[in-house]
Amino acid sequence: MTKTNLLWSAVALVLPMAVASVLVLHPTGAKGEAAASRMEVRVDNFTFGPATLTVPVNSTVTWVNKDDLPHVIASNDGVFKSKALDTEDKYSFTFSKPGTYAYFCSIHPKMVGTIIVK
Amino acid sequence: MAKTNLLDSKASGLIEHDHNNDGVNRRGFLKCMAWAGTGAFCVIEGGVLKSHALGSHMGSGMKSYKKGGLSFVQISDSHMGFNKPANPDVIATLQAAVDKINALPEAPEFILHTGDISHLSKPSEFDNVDQILKATNKEIFFVPGEHDVLNDDGAMFRERYGKNSEGQGWYSFDKNGVHFIGLVNVMNLKAGGLGTLGTEQLEWLKNDVKHLKHSTPIVVFAHVPLWSVYPQWGWGTDDSAQALSYLKKFGSVTVLNGHIHQTMQKVEGNITFHTAFSTAFPQPAPGQAEGPGPMKVPAEQLRSILGITDVNYVQGRHGLAVVDSSLA
Repeated sequence: MTKTNLLWSAVALVLPMAVASVLVLHPTGAKGEAAASRMEVRVDNFTFGPATLTVPVNSTVTWVNKDDLPHVIASNDGVFKSKALDTEDKYSFTFSKPGTYAYFCSIHPKMVGTIIVK
Repeated sequence: MAKTNLLDSKASGLIEHDHNNDGVNRRGFLKCMAWAGTGAFCVIEGGVLKSHALGSHMGSGMKSYKKGGLSFVQISDSHMGFNKPANPDVIATLQAAVDKINALPEAPEFILHTGDISHLSKPSEFDNVDQILKATNKEIFFVPGEHDVLNDDGAMFRERYGKNSEGQGWYSFDKNGVHFIGLVNVMNLKAGGLGTLGTEQLEWLKNDVKHLKHSTPIVVFAHVPLWSVYPQWGWGTDDSAQALSYLKKFGSVTVLNGHIHQTMQKVEGNITFHTAFSTAFPQPAPGQAEGPGPMKVPAEQLRSILGITDVNYVQGRHGLAVVDSSLA
């Protein structure tokens, strides 16, 4: 087999796979990304964004600290509490029961947020 | 007792009055803050806080305040471990603060540190601060900031700095006739609230001052301001009014706080409130930024808004002289 033939064979093999990947993966990929972004709370400039997040049962919510100072994520009634999160540190909690979970930053208590689990 | 004039200004060229009758002279207050960059000192006499630019009075005036009295230094918010753009070298600035302390014309008898010793409550951060402060050769009294009690409700802090303290780390002691009270207002914070002292500590405070003579000068030191500086940013303490009510009977009460990384003063009746510079990084003036995070300034300006506070008491005189000086 010549070099050119080899190349074309490779293209013939890879191209349909690539197209198939796009067709198959793109719809779920887009959906997955959207879902993931909804499951994240950014801690930025001493606020939680979004301040209220609604998620389905068994969702894992991840907080990521974008500030230059640490924060601590703590639910008002002690259901969950992170260690101190330095800049870019993350904390995740999986909500297995429906309900409304009020939380705050336990060292900057003016910072408050809510996770609604349905 | 005179209550209101924040700045006297025959000496300084500034005179402002308190038209709101709340002890805060807003224009004068801003000028005092503006001076802080180059150094200003505020003298409290008879409940009146007088402010003078450093230099003209530092040499002669200050010495006369110190004779036969008590001199101590407050430092705050060293945030050892912080390495963000607002100050990538908090070791160097803490060392500069130590140099400043060691160069004071009147050597202080001891040092108060009003919290946020560390940035992340790490043993190595506390170790670094201890090592640097050792060069002052002074006894140091600490109260915790929220950064010092991050993951263990203050157990490590108390092990290191609070062996003789009560409850979650509060204590009192006497020096040269002045009664010092170290309070803790950074633990058990409630969602949506401010700093908190809590009922146990309030009860202790009430008993601690019960038998003191009314003429005893009182110095209270705690991390978060015990007055409402800017509640929107959490700069206040929910139950401070109750604590201060136990101190109403005293002729002279000086409250020294940190947390807000800038100097501020307020006089309210017999009580003078003062917040200190940080040795690590500045924070914005209340409401002057979207949030209270570290404020980046040009590198050459940084040391002009970091600093130490020198406090002097002269027996027989009514109040304490509180002097802020920058690291520049």
